[in-house]
Order: sequence, then structure tokens, then C-alpha cells
Amino acid sequence: MATPRVLVLTGYGINCDEETAFAFRAAGAGADIVHINDLIENRAMLDRYQVFSFPGGFSYGDDTGSGKALANRIKNNLVDEIRRFTERDTLMLGICNGFQVMVNIGIVPGFSGFTGRAEAALEHNSTFRYQCRWVDLAVESSSPSVFTRGIERLHIPIAHGEGSFFALDDVLARIEKDGLVAMRYVRPDGARAGGEFPFNPNGSLNDIASISDRSGRIAGMMPHPERGMIFTQRDDWTLKKEMFAREGAPMPEMADGFKIFTNAVEYFSQ
Amino acid sequence: MTSARYRIEVFHRFHDPRCEVVRKKLSGLGFNVRTVHISDNYLVNADITAAQAEKVADLLVQHVIEDRLINKPYSPTGFTYAVEIGYLPGVTDNIAHTVRESIEDLLKMRLNIEKSVFSTTTYFFTGDLAPGDVESICAELHNPLIQRKKVLQAGEFARQGGMGTDLPVVSIAERPEADLVDLSVDEGELVLIGKEGIRDPGGARRGPLALDMLSMKTIQNYFLDTEKRNPTDIELESIAQTWSEHCKHTIFSAELDDDIPEGIFKKYIREATVRVRREKGARDFCVSVFEDNSGGIEFDENYIVSDKVETHNSPSALDPFGGSITGIVGVNRDAIGFGMGAKPIANRYGFCFADPFDRKPLYKSKDPSSKMLSPRRILEGVVHGVNAGGNTSGIPTPQGFLYFDERYKGKPLVFVGTVGLLPKTVNGKPSCTKKAVASDAIVVIGGRVGRDGIHGATFSSEALSSGSPATAVQIGDPITQKKLSDAIVKEARDRGLYNSITDNGAGGLSCSVAEMARECGGFEVDLDDVPLKYPGLGPWQIWLSESQERMTVSVPAGKLEEFTGLMKRRGVESAVIGTFTGGTRGIVRYGGKVIFDIDMAFLHDGLPRKKLTSSYTKQERSDPDFPAPADLSAAFEEMTGRLNTASFEFVSTQYDHEVQANSVIKPLQGKGTVNGNATVIRPLLDSYRGVVLSQGLYPSYGDIDAYWMAACSIDTAVRNAVAVGGSLETLAILDNFCWCDSNNPERLGQLREAARACYDFAVAYGTPFISGKDSMFNDFRGYDESFSEAMISIPPTLLVSSFGVVDDVRHCQTIDFKAPGDLIYVIGTTSAETGGSEYLAYAGEKSSGKRWIGASVPHVDAAAFMKSYRALEAAFLKGLVASSMSVERGGLGLALAKSSMAGMLGFTARLSDVPAETGRDDFVLYSESQGRVLVSVDPAKKKEFERLFAGLPLGLIGSVAGGDGIEITGTKGNAVVRTGVRRLTGTYKGLFKEF
Repeated sequence: MATPRVLVLTGYGINCDEETAFAFRAAGAGADIVHINDLIENRAMLDRYQVFSFPGGFSYGDDTGSGKALANRIKNNLVDEIRRFTERDTLMLGICNGFQVMVNIGIVPGFSGFTGRAEAALEHNSTFRYQCRWVDLAVESSSPSVFTRGIERLHIPIAHGEGSFFALDDVLARIEKDGLVAMRYVRPDGARAGGEFPFNPNGSLNDIASISDRSGRIAGMMPHPERGMIFTQRDDWTLKKEMFAREGAPMPEMADGFKIFTNAVEYFSQ
Repeated sequence: MTSARYRIEVFHRFHDPRCEVVRKKLSGLGFNVRTVHISDNYLVNADITAAQAEKVADLLVQHVIEDRLINKPYSPTGFTYAVEIGYLPGVTDNIAHTVRESIEDLLKMRLNIEKSVFSTTTYFFTGDLAPGDVESICAELHNPLIQRKKVLQAGEFARQGGMGTDLPVVSIAERPEADLVDLSVDEGELVLIGKEGIRDPGGARRGPLALDMLSMKTIQNYFLDTEKRNPTDIELESIAQTWSEHCKHTIFSAELDDDIPEGIFKKYIREATVRVRREKGARDFCVSVFEDNSGGIEFDENYIVSDKVETHNSPSALDPFGGSITGIVGVNRDAIGFGMGAKPIANRYGFCFADPFDRKPLYKSKDPSSKMLSPRRILEGVVHGVNAGGNTSGIPTPQGFLYFDERYKGKPLVFVGTVGLLPKTVNGKPSCTKKAVASDAIVVIGGRVGRDGIHGATFSSEALSSGSPATAVQIGDPITQKKLSDAIVKEARDRGLYNSITDNGAGGLSCSVAEMARECGGFEVDLDDVPLKYPGLGPWQIWLSESQERMTVSVPAGKLEEFTGLMKRRGVESAVIGTFTGGTRGIVRYGGKVIFDIDMAFLHDGLPRKKLTSSYTKQERSDPDFPAPADLSAAFEEMTGRLNTASFEFVSTQYDHEVQANSVIKPLQGKGTVNGNATVIRPLLDSYRGVVLSQGLYPSYGDIDAYWMAACSIDTAVRNAVAVGGSLETLAILDNFCWCDSNNPERLGQLREAARACYDFAVAYGTPFISGKDSMFNDFRGYDESFSEAMISIPPTLLVSSFGVVDDVRHCQTIDFKAPGDLIYVIGTTSAETGGSEYLAYAGEKSSGKRWIGASVPHVDAAAFMKSYRALEAAFLKGLVASSMSVERGGLGLALAKSSMAGMLGFTARLSDVPAETGRDDFVLYSESQGRVLVSVDPAKKKEFERLFAGLPLGLIGSVAGGDGIEITGTKGNAVVRTGVRRLTGTYKGLFKEF
């Protein structure tokens, strides 16, 4: 299969649908933005897709807790369809609010499969304030995540009020033991953030920024790769451009986050 | 009071991160609070079984970290006091709406929209607290204008079995018909009706119509002579809205003195645009000016970009959070309502506050309970409101500023703006011309109507007791609007499902329907068809309500089914409330009766024009006489950490400026994350064409001269845009006049002077005004901390916002020094123009405890400055500039400090090489002469760069250093500043560290 089709969910306050669809298309996929009400009305359409994407946003205004109400909408209406979707050789990616939804419906880490029950949580930031910042991330080489293949480090932004990854000790130990952590927050020099703000911007346990299920086909992340996929999106692009110019090197077109999307497309060309 | 069947309390199983933040905040304020616990409570009043309630409760819990109880109180061990905060009846409860939708989705049943679910929060405090402390804590946690509170000591809490299940259901019963207002009355009564409002049958006045004698006489004549009858209350209220200062800008359109018969707006603002467009000829890039909800300019061959900046001052003084969220979400609708519907792509903000460290109270009346919110509460609430409104709506909020002056203590200024993107052609037709067509259905979409915003500010807090809805202030509901916005600009617009659209803002339906009817003739509306939040509203209230998140759309009959069907599928409520007609009358029915029947020409054009007189007395001021300090190191550091110069990173980082993935030049720049003064975004993901945004605002210059204040604001707005990579060729500006006491001829004189400068400099720079908004009465009358009468007027404040198109964002530049050895240049000439400067304020405070104002206000020589700006544009295009910082408040000294802190690189600089007309070191560093930009350049590009500036004022003043050290030598060659980047950054970021 050459060109995977991506369903990018929208509706009720999801707001990163257009740039997420753009990122998948730029990476070579076909992408459709689909309103959740249209999906509920026509569930069979899921069969046409190979990638399901939960974009970032403020679904239901984060009321009662980020991602909770949208997770409820999915639990109330789409559990069987999503289970069948994940049982095929498909990918699922949740970014920011999408990650919160995925954690709330229990699809990651998903130790017991897709039960609809959360095994972890994304809590209020330890600062109890919305944070929009650029962060440095290290990819765990042992992670099965399809999306982070071939990536060591990423410099992309976060923007959330509730991104502090939490799990009970036994669950956290299992996540670590099974190697399900895909990305961690680090300092600019690559050392672990060790929970220190602003390197770890939200207080996440073990500096966790992204986890996947055991297959690696299903992953969620708080950082926004689609906001760091083009060179001029970077917070340091003017500095880098100046340095490239002095070395006689051309200014690049793309940036770190783009690889997340090309990885998804390449998965289907193997 | 009704009570709920189920009270569900949700609480954290371990450590709720919110609790520690609340505890820290209260401890910081001096309260002895040892621990805080929080529960989120949901009062559900629906006909569901206990088993269903269990399922509902499960919806509300994140099982890993939360637990819940139903009809049993959460009671953390050892607490002393419990404080429950909920909304007053009728106040928008967004959380409750979401929960209701989730319950409906779960149980596949419909619940009553306004009566079935309510949310509250309970705080449990342990610690040694006196009842007085608890009252003070409550004052920090809640706003009595919109929220109710309940305080229980642990003992009472146990005895009563928790907080109880009372529901804040609205119960009102206005007369369900229109009353006639007798206008066959004497002049005294006529004045009273205009000033205090229509008299209810009970005798009470309904609140001001704000109609003067001349207007009241005109209305009297119209009804008694032309219509041969008395008006109904809804007619009179509607005319008052349509003719209000807010809608008609009566002061800007009034005849002024003997020489401005056409009024200030036409003579100075509109005429500037007309002239600029004429002079630009084929290069004119304006598409829509002054006629729609926003102003629009050409973006590229396929798109138009729009911009609009609003003020929301009075509501923000009462309820800072509600005021500013309503402001930002409201101005978003000026984009959605621009042309056939533009997609909001960026927000702007600008906040003018009093010193947040000032704890001295102000009072509305002599009653100690009438205390105004403190400057810090206002700041925090306003900042948070734009956070919630912008972030939740998925619109980036990159560009803004904070400005402080003690005269904003009675009334803060809250500027909010939105940029929109609109295809030039929509469904095969030009997108900027819209026209409601006779026989089109009038459709209202979005939120429901309550008593929100009716005669808003006139309601006293006493009126907001239990059972009466909060009318004065409103809380925005960004998700309701986001759904509406997506349904319009992403679907209905491009399917051609409507002919015209506009926002429901001030005046509600009365203004939006009448405004759209101008496009076809008249209208007929049936008020029984307007969806209400709760029953019991009088017809005039339905017609005038300013309930938010609503737009009015003109839908052709053949498209009606498709339109309403689409809205339904997108979760957007829509209602057909009437028809546009080809007639000349506006007609409103209620309960089958015609209650409003007015000639549209009278409604729109019947307002008699005011004639105003101004006078202008030039302030007698002199420059302070003080010696230049020999060592300016301390000044250099302290000048970076003042209210008007310090980092406001705490605002920038809580506003999502990356959403939509369009960010290019960001609010925080360089490794050192320093606030820049302009933003560049890239609206289309597959194009490098950009939009530049900035602004200029100098209220302190107005203390000396209103003309030069306006001139400098325009120059700064223009220069900031150019200094980041914008172009004079494609730059437009917007005006927001916030004035005070505008019946006073002297204030009008200042206004006239400022407007005159607007004309002169908009024309000189070739930057047309495309949109504007004014707010003319920003005065506070009340009492100070010792209950002496106080009148605090804001300083006349003009915000000039710049808005332009950038050909290729890859040529843009940030403020941070990039590499050691780079050459530092200052473009432009520095004069001893310290009048109104931040430095004189600082020096005065140092020497006498009070800021100095001075006399030598900066002037603008547009012709000369433009040569430099054009040279700089050329340098950007050739890639010769490694960093660029427009020099504004805080002068060259602050610009050097910011470029250095942003790059985290020290520097050496020589004041002797600054092109200057003053020899004083402190003035060279801190004069606020306009027209200057600080840049750094790769030494390899020195010659090429300097060639572009041949014959222009340019000084090579130093170079970027590798380490932390900063050294500046004075005009006589001696070291005047020695400090380090880290130390400087500590001061710069220190002031708002705890915010």
C-alpha cells in the first residue's frame, strides 16, 4: 500500500485538525478532516482509513478535565468501531488534547487492550497554568513507537494546561519495563529534565512526554510535532539561519516534527 | 430555591496540583492556611434512577486520580472551613453545559438546558483561621457580581450533611408585553427618560437610555407628529441603542468647533485613508475599510486578511475575567462577521493597568463593602480571561503589550483584536460584498438569549441577590462559538448557504437585524421564535440582550433547510426569527401583536448631529534640571525591570501562540526568551507570505502634547513592523481612542490634536487607517482609601495598531544578538527628547518619589525616517541584518539590553559613536527619539550594509561580545555602564516572577 489515508478528527473544540492534516499530506498521506458527528452517523467510513488521528485542541473546553468529555463521547458511541480499527494493521496518533483523550479512553498504554478504562492520567500542570513553550525531547531508543523511529532528539513546542503524566507506581513501573515511553523531556544539553521546570514543563512523572501501546502502532504525545515541522516555525530559526548562512549552507525547509508524520507514511510502504 | 436530586462530588485521590497552588497564593497573601482540598461538584436535577446517576458520576471521574461521592459530602479530615463557589442564577456555566451534553449522550435523553445541571467548586481549608480571614479568602476566590458563595465551619458542615443541593435557577417574570411610553410630557420628564430610563409601572427607572435633550425631542417629534402615537418601550430602547455613542460614535461624527463641520472621523481618519488610497493608485491594497465588522487588505491573489481591535474596558473593571474573555471572543466575531466570514487566525491584546503592587483600595460608594477589585486582581483576571478565550478557541494570541499608569486604577483598558483570513471569492462571488436579500430568512445561530448585558453597567450589586439573574456581566463561552465559527467559515460559507452575516454585539438583535436590513430595506421579526435561556424576559429585553456567541445570518429560502440541517449536525443551535423585506419599515411582533413598527430611515439616520466645542491649552511644562549620573550601571539594570519595561513572559507563555502552526516571529525571542515588539505569522501553511502585527502607544507623551503622542504612536507602530521585516508598501493601521471626560472641551481639544496628527502621519507614511473603535468616557467616580471623593480619569490613550503583509517571511528577523564579533549599529538620530520618557519617570521616582514628565516630547520627521526604513527593508531582503530591534519606550539603553539578553551575549558599545544631538550620556541612552532601530550585522557584510545607508544617520556603536560582560563607554570615552547579561536578566525577569 503506497498512500495511507488518514482520518483527522474534528468537532467540539478540536482545533489542530487543519495543520495536522497538512502535516500528513506533506508527508505523502491522504488526509480527511472528519467531524465526530459525521463519523458517529457513518461509522463504516472508518474501514477506509489506515491512520486515525486525534489532533490537539480544547474539546468541550476541557470542562470537567481535559479530554474527558470527548473521551465520554467516544465511549458512548464508538468503542466497537475503534477496537476493530486498532485490530487491523493501522496507526493511531494523539497529539496534546488527542493524547489526553486516548489516555482517558484507555487506549494507551492499553495493557489490557482497549477497555475504555483509563490506566494513566494527564493532570494539571504543576504550575497550574497553561504553558506554551518550546521543549527538548529525547526519544527512547527501545520504544516500539512507529512514530519516533530513527529520531533521537526533537525540538518542538508544547501548549497545554493539563499535561502532567501520572500513573500509579505499578503501572508506571510496567510502562518503563515494557519500554512504552516514547519521548522524555530533557535539557537543551540532552540530560534528563529530572522534573525541573521549564525543561519538564508540566511536572510529568519520569519526564514522560509520549507513550505508546506495546505494538508501537498506537501512540500519544503532549508536544506538537505539527507546530515544529517547518523550519520557520522553530523558535530559533533566525539564529540557525544566520549560522547556516555564515557556513554557506542553505536554509532547510523542514524541521524536527515532520519526521513523526513521514514515519507514519513510511510504515505503510514497508 | 429548587434543590437537586443528585449532588455528585469529585475529588482527587492523591495530590491535586491545584490545591498547592491555591495554598501558596493564600499563604503569600498572609493567611495561615496549612492545607487546601478541592472538590468539583455537579448538581444534577433530572429524572434519572440511582443506577443511572452512578453511570453519570462515572462520566465525571478520571478513575486513576479521582474518586466521587453521590449525595454524600466529601469531607477531608481536619478541615476547619469549607467554602463553596458557584455561579449566580443566569450566569453562563460552561462546565454544566458540557456535563449536560455528556449525560444526554450517555442516557440518550434530553435534559432541560438551563435547569438540569449546575457546577460548583468547594475549597476546604485547614489552619488557624478567624471568620474574618475566611471572608478575606472568599474575596480572593470569588467575584460577587457573578458568583455565589457559601461558607461553613466544619461543625456546621457536618450537622448540615455538606453543602446542600440548592440550585441557582433563574426565576423572573417580566411583563410579557410591550408598554407604551408617554412622550406627551414636559421637558423635565423627557430629560429624565433620556437620563435614567423608562419608568416601569412600579415607578422604578429601567436604566439610562443615554439620550440627550436634542435626541429626545427628535424622537418625541417623530412619534407624535409623524407616527401620531406614543412609542412602545421596545421602540424607544431600540432607538437608544442604535443612536448610542457605542454604535454611532457620536463624538467622532459630531460637528466640531467652526472649522470641522464634517466631524473628526471624516476630516482626519477617513480622509487620510481616502488620500493614501488615491496616492497609492494601482498599489492600493485596501479591500474593505470602515464599513464592515473588520477592515480588510489584500493578502495575495487569492486571499484577503482582516483586522479589528476592540476595547472592553467597563465590563473588565467589574468582572476582569468575564470582561476580557467576552472581549476577546467578541472581537473574534468581528472576523467571523467580516465579509462572508473570515477565519480568525491571530489575536492581539493590550492591557493598561494600575500598579499591581498598589494595595490601597478604592470604593464605589462610602459603603466599605463597595470596594473595587485591586489592580492585581484586575490584572490577573483580565490576563486569564484572554487566556481562556483565545486558547480555548484555537486562535493564536501572539501580539500584545502591558502598560502601567496609576490613572488606570479606576478603569483598566482592555484592548483585544483579531486578524482574519478570507478567500477573495466564495462560492463564485466576491467575498467582501454581502447583501441580505428581501425574502431571506433572518436566522440567529449560536447561544441563547438571557438578560445578559442589558443596561449592563447600571445594575448595582444589590440587585444581584438570589433569584435575580446577573445582567451586568457575561462570561464568554468559547466552545459554543468555536462550533459556530467552524460551521460558518469551514462549511456553510463555501457552500453558499447565506447571503449576509453579522455579529450580535452591542445592542444584540436590535442592532444586527436593523444593520443587515439596510442592505435590502426592512425586516419583520417574531420575538416568540428567539430561543431563550430562561422564561420571563420582557420583549424589549429579548430584542436588546447582549447574550454572547450569536450571529445573525440572512439565508435564502431555498437554502434554509440545508443551512439549519448543517447547524444541527455541528451542534450549533439555530432559529428562524423573521424575514428581511424590501419595505421601508422594521416590524417586530410578540405574542401576535405588532410592538415595534419604525421607519428604517429614521432609525438609522434620524439621530440629530451634535455640535461640540473644543479648546486646547498647551500644558506649561519644563524639563527637570538634574545632573547626569557619572555611573549609569544601576540605571541600566533598573531600567530593564520597571513595570513598563520588564519581561511579561508570564503572559506570553500562557497564551498559545503556536496553534494553527502559523507562528514565525514569536512573542518571546532568542535563547534568552525576551519580549519582542512585533509578530509575524504565516496564515497559509503552504506559503511563505506573512502578516506582520505591532502597535504603538504613548499615554505619557499625551501629558505634554496630544499631537506628538499620536505622531509617535503611529511612527512606533510603523517602525516596529518594519524592524521585524514588514514593508511600508503594504502596511495599514488601526486606531483605538480611549479618552476620558469627553464632554470637557479641553479633552476634546486633545482629541482634535491627536486626530490631526493621525491624518498627518498616516498620509506621510502612506499607511491607511482601515478600522477603528473608540471609548470616550473612561472615568471613575468614587472614593479613595480614606473615603475622600476621588475622580480618576485615564490619561487620553491612543492605541495605533499596525497590520501588513510580508512577501516572504524568511527575510524576517528577531531581536537577539546572534554571534560574538557582530557589529552593532543604531539607525536614526538621538536627540534630547526625554519628555514623557520612561527614564524621566525613573529619575523622578529616584530623586523625589514621583515621576517626572518633562517637556521635550519626541517629534517625528516622517520624510527623514522613511528613508531609513526603506534602507532597512532593503537590508533585510539582502540578508544583511543579523538582529533588529525597534527602539521605543526605554530608548537605546533598553534596546541594547533586550538584544543582549535575548541573544545571551554581552557587548561593548560607545555612546560617542551614536548619531546624537545631545552630549549627555544618560540622554543618549534613554531619550525616546523616534525613527531609530538597533541592528547587528555580520562583519563580513559591513560594507554592503553601510552602503545602503549612505547619507542616512547610522552609527557603528560597538560589537557583540562572547561572554556575559556588558560595557558601555560614554561620550567622553569613560566607562559609564559595566554589568553582565545574567544579572540584567535577573532584573528584567524579576518583577513579575510571582505572577
